Amino acid sequence: MEKKKITDQIKKYFPDKVREISTLFGDETIVINRDSLLEMVSFLKNKPYEYNMLLDLTCVDYMGKEPRFEIVYHLFSLPRNHRLRIKTRLSEKDLNIDSLTSLWRNANWLEREVYDMFGVFFKGHPDLRRIFMYDGFEGYPLRKDYPLRKRQPRIPLRK
Amino acid sequence: MTTRIQREAKKEHLLINMGPSHPAMHGTIRIMLELDGERVCNSEVEVGYLHRGFEKTCENRTYFNLLPYTDRMNYVSPLINNLGYVMTVEKMLGIDIPERAQYIRVIMSELSRISDHLTCIAAMAMECGAFTVFLYKMKAREFIWDVIEETTGARMTTSYIRIGGVRADLHPNYEDTLKNAIKETKKVLKDVDGLLSKNKIYLNRTRDIAVVTPEEAISFGWTGPCLRSTGVYYDVRKAHPYLVYDLLDFEIPLGERGDNYDRYYVRMKEMEQSLRIIEQAVKKMPKFSGHTSLMAGGIEPAQAIKESRKKKVEGKIKLSPNLEGSGKRESRGILSEDKRYIIPSKEDTYTSIEGLINHFKFFMKGHGIRPPKGDVYFSVEGGNGELGYYIVSDGTDFPYRLHVRGPCFHVVSALEKMIQGHYVADIIPTFGSLNMIGGELDR
Repeated sequence: MEKKKITDQIKKYFPDKVREISTLFGDETIVINRDSLLEMVSFLKNKPYEYNMLLDLTCVDYMGKEPRFEIVYHLFSLPRNHRLRIKTRLSEKDLNIDSLTSLWRNANWLEREVYDMFGVFFKGHPDLRRIFMYDGFEGYPLRKDYPLRKRQPRIPLRK
Repeated sequence: MTTRIQREAKKEHLLINMGPSHPAMHGTIRIMLELDGERVCNSEVEVGYLHRGFEKTCENRTYFNLLPYTDRMNYVSPLINNLGYVMTVEKMLGIDIPERAQYIRVIMSELSRISDHLTCIAAMAMECGAFTVFLYKMKAREFIWDVIEETTGARMTTSYIRIGGVRADLHPNYEDTLKNAIKETKKVLKDVDGLLSKNKIYLNRTRDIAVVTPEEAISFGWTGPCLRSTGVYYDVRKAHPYLVYDLLDFEIPLGERGDNYDRYYVRMKEMEQSLRIIEQAVKKMPKFSGHTSLMAGGIEPAQAIKESRKKKVEGKIKLSPNLEGSGKRESRGILSEDKRYIIPSKEDTYTSIEGLINHFKFFMKGHGIRPPKGDVYFSVEGGNGELGYYIVSDGTDFPYRLHVRGPCFHVVSALEKMIQGHYVADIIPTFGSLNMIGGELDR
């Protein structure tokens, strides 16, 4: 029961910033506004909640829907042994979101991966460039409108 | 395009490129080093040389068809990758697994964990000059892979753990092979402990090098043996017990300093615990003797081929039941009863109309395994740490989005920080102790 309270507590604490809370397959999720991401997450990172680990960061492309992109954060609290999923939604017209590199160091590579695969820009990221694909690669491969078998021309050797 | 380090490097320093094809960069990774003499002032790690678009591919495969792709992620412990994926889907579907299948899964994932750790230490030791250790460890790994091969039919690309259970029952002969593997592994662990743990050369190269504090490790999202080497008690098997891990008795070894040596030592101790788990699981596993009758009697396949050159072979050919496949008798007790999620047995498919319909419903596009709408995250303890799968389902038989939390990714992202200020020679044991697996890192 105590676990269920956490999402409710957060909702009570930030009534205008949390859009919805849900529990599906036992995973607790809160959906928050994009602009309050940094504030919310840094609140959760410190006491009393202590979600001190950024387990995972990824993005889902809901093509055809508005807002199109959904950034998914998985936080983990070592002292509480509890996972929490945080989602924010991004419209295709404005693909900017705050970077979490100031809070967690692995956010650096994770955000680069999301930028590489989806083209989401992270404001305040120290070194935002492609991580898996090469420089000169065009398009964002994990978007739904990128064809599975698309080929790209070879690039000249780097000097 | 110039990279960060090329822009920022001081003029008097030397920029040198290590990898992607370098004997010590096992897997493919490139490190740009800014050197002041032998000392690393700054570095830049570049990954992605093994990126195969795993996630994109998975979005275009059905839940059943994408299973073999998961083998290719951490190719040293493919069974754990299978397990992670399969259990995520099972969490969505809400299937119960027979008890025997759960024990088989535990045994298989612990065997994989041992082979993962053996490979890591073998490579790390070899790069420090201890070639004997490399050969010993590879020998032990062969014995472990014998057990895996006998049951699954493959050494690396197993695809053995299926949605709803496992592909086939354990080989009738597995107890002997397993006993032998455990005996040999224990011997190797003892030998290697004697060779390395108090070895002056090895200690000099690993002790107090690339120290990571618990705070840093948590900030980098480390999990698994690397996190535990810093002294943080976190293991998915204990924190969120899955399968039958809560019924088994084992300990989580912790390190103290978080240096290269601790990462080595935690892995060594973990292998002992894994052996302990396997021994217990074998004892506790519910017995099932359905398959032995199939093996008994009959001619060896090789013998049958030989004889067939002279005359027609009469009588039954002895086939391994687990390779022969999904007969009704063999799948009892290791697969879920729910017909929607498992392949129907072949005798049903060929003899009854219901079986045939079942078969088509399972394999036809648009049918098959269709989890309910929604998203799910589930993780298991992989060789390198928390191996998590995040799946978004839209109700069809294709996953809408599949994301893998590869433990390597987080561990390797700390490499730049770890080698800073150390000598070039220290990069090699540091990199070895992280156990980077390209398939899992780049996906």
